[in-house]
Amino acid sequence: MMQTGIRPYYPDYSTVPVERQINPYADNGGSVVAIAGKDFVVIGADTRLSSGFSIYTRNQNKLFPLSETTVLGCSGCWCDTLTLTRILKSRMQMYHQEHNKNMSTTAAAQMLSTMLYYKRFFPYYISNILVGLDNEGKGCVYSYDPVGHCEKATYRAGGSAGALLQPLLDNQIGQKNLQKPSQEDLTQEKALSTLKDVFISAAERDIYTGDSVLIKIITKDGTKEETFDLRRD
Amino acid sequence: MFNSTHSAPPPFWSNGPAPGAFYNFPGTVAPVTNPITHTQSPVTTSTSIVSITYDKGVLIAGDLLASYGSLARYKNCPRVIEINPNIIMGAGGDYADFQYVKSFIEQKIIDEDCLDDGLKMKPKSLYCWLTRIMYQRRSKLDPFWNNLVVGGIQDGVPFLGTVDKLGTAYTDKVICTGYGAHIALPVLRDALDKKPNLNLNEAKQLIKKCMEVLFYRDARSYPKYQLGMIDVDEGVKIEGPISVEENWNIAYMT
Amino acid sequence: MSYVLCPEIPEPGFSFENCKRNALLESKGFTTPKAIKTGTTIVGIVYKDGVILGADTRATEDTTVADKNCEKIHFLAPNMYCCGAGTAADTEMTTQMVAAQLELHKLYTNREARVATANQLLKQYLFSYQGYIGAALILGGVDIEGPHLHMIYPHGSSVDLPYATMGSGSLAAISVFELGWKPEMGEEEGIQLVRNAIAAGIFNDLGSGSNVDVCIIRKGVVDYRRTYDEANKKGVRQGSYKFPRGATAVLSTKVVDVEEVSVTPVEAERMDVAAF
Repeated sequence: MMQTGIRPYYPDYSTVPVERQINPYADNGGSVVAIAGKDFVVIGADTRLSSGFSIYTRNQNKLFPLSETTVLGCSGCWCDTLTLTRILKSRMQMYHQEHNKNMSTTAAAQMLSTMLYYKRFFPYYISNILVGLDNEGKGCVYSYDPVGHCEKATYRAGGSAGALLQPLLDNQIGQKNLQKPSQEDLTQEKALSTLKDVFISAAERDIYTGDSVLIKIITKDGTKEETFDLRRD
Repeated sequence: MFNSTHSAPPPFWSNGPAPGAFYNFPGTVAPVTNPITHTQSPVTTSTSIVSITYDKGVLIAGDLLASYGSLARYKNCPRVIEINPNIIMGAGGDYADFQYVKSFIEQKIIDEDCLDDGLKMKPKSLYCWLTRIMYQRRSKLDPFWNNLVVGGIQDGVPFLGTVDKLGTAYTDKVICTGYGAHIALPVLRDALDKKPNLNLNEAKQLIKKCMEVLFYRDARSYPKYQLGMIDVDEGVKIEGPISVEENWNIAYMT
Repeated sequence: MSYVLCPEIPEPGFSFENCKRNALLESKGFTTPKAIKTGTTIVGIVYKDGVILGADTRATEDTTVADKNCEKIHFLAPNMYCCGAGTAADTEMTTQMVAAQLELHKLYTNREARVATANQLLKQYLFSYQGYIGAALILGGVDIEGPHLHMIYPHGSSVDLPYATMGSGSLAAISVFELGWKPEMGEEEGIQLVRNAIAAGIFNDLGSGSNVDVCIIRKGVVDYRRTYDEANKKGVRQGSYKFPRGATAVLSTKVVDVEEVSVTPVEAERMDVAAF
């Protein structure tokens, strides 16, 4: 006979209702911006990790290389990011060992969506942006909501300053609301300078974005890394 | 994760047998299922941890008080500990949770020693492992209410990292938790901006000043603290209890 | 009732006429707009010849920066200034009102107002609103009794101290003072200490940012140094964001001929002040 109100013998398999109150999530801020071109893709994330009104560290890498041609940028709840990226890394390795080839960007994008939806009722609170080169070598950007909705785009801003930056990218990269959109292809230089400039603007107005930006430029020749300083206040 | 309370386990399905039982007689009253409640706030707590890396190692300081709410309850609670010759650790938050976490870190060290392969755990491994421990418990919504700071020497290079009760983890050259994150961290960051590579003596002086200010301003602090040191050349040393040099002249000014 | 000939003079004090309506709206799920809070670092110290006040210049609205260069050191009287943290509107209005009262007090008594008077006016006013006026203040000034520094909380309590900090960056700033403040400091040394305290808030507290304002009050002289230090330089943009001609669509065009209009300037009449 079970006594009332006492912890059951096998707590992990218990069906007894449990009342919980702590908040398992934290908002650790940070912004990620990605822009794709015909034969390249750039992704940048600021390096400030914060909580409330405090800065945890000014130097936190939020870009995770998944393969030679795929990079994932994360912002939001940092403990979820650590867990998700760790599982992703091992899934990438398992795929490699099973199939004897690297996972393609499109496959990784699909896998991420599945992994996020797997946690539908206890989600990873992360704003994910996955970039890479597809099988034709074209740059591509995938953005996700916390529960696994996936959308392919050519440019995207996410994280704490995402809402601030997306309209700017719509205009500058997407050529929205312009009478005569430029017909030229987006160059890597233009993508890179726009990426840096939007981060400068985000650091002006968003308190969770600042310190510096880590940028990764992915082309068929490999990944190049760059850093760029922002305001520290 | 077994509880010492030996109550009967719940049945597998309604009116079904309990684990280990073969049948269930009809007519038994179904147990009233009151919600289980967990520790939703810490009980006996310790305050800030202040830590910094210097050119050849890491310093971690934490005072000796464990408070019971606003009561200064236990005045000799060490919370800067040596894990092995590679690692030291400091902890803040719930003292009981810390002792529990400590006990199975110690078990892990014993398990590793039993392998007798001559290898010692390195700080990054412990840091990574603690990240998983803390995240697992937060995912059960029953967290260990601690901030853990791991310091050590990773292949000849000083390492400093921290994990909080959610599993949020990061490494940096200075890490402070609790009130220290608000009061001591600005002082340490400023010092490190001015001189990025401190020597042991400078680092010690900084920690000393920080513990003094924390004692003035953190009402849950105590004027006796421990200083854990891990150095590339000198290995691990846990110094203390060290007394804060107090100066209350200002209290008589106005 | 208001009449055309005799307009109604509103009652003094706050209007509470919409309180019931707002409570009803809120109960039906309408969210009331949030006031701008100045997540702030404000500080003050007493030094050899007077008082130095300091403030950052960021005003925040939740997690966005509402004002990158706002003024948080407010004028109270020629010998007194007051730093404000909390709800921006409350700090501004409270200090403005007390400034007016101090001016009247000066005219009435024919004496320079004392810092203690301002302190009393502020705390009694804040106490009467039981903390609903969200103003946390650092009041500094020099009067006949010498330099004074008061810290006033939104609920109406106050303390006088040789050094004080307030706002979300107060913890960062206080550590600088605890380590650096000495009795009878020199002016340059004092300004540097205040700058460092504000900078600690700017860099370590996300609610504080932008520049350092400093106000030095000596006996008979006030030196208000707006933007004493630009703690952060704004990043330099790389691209050009000028839109080419024709970026905006012209939907329709209509040309209207404007008639020739002659303008006769009229000299402004001077106000009749003879009666006063």
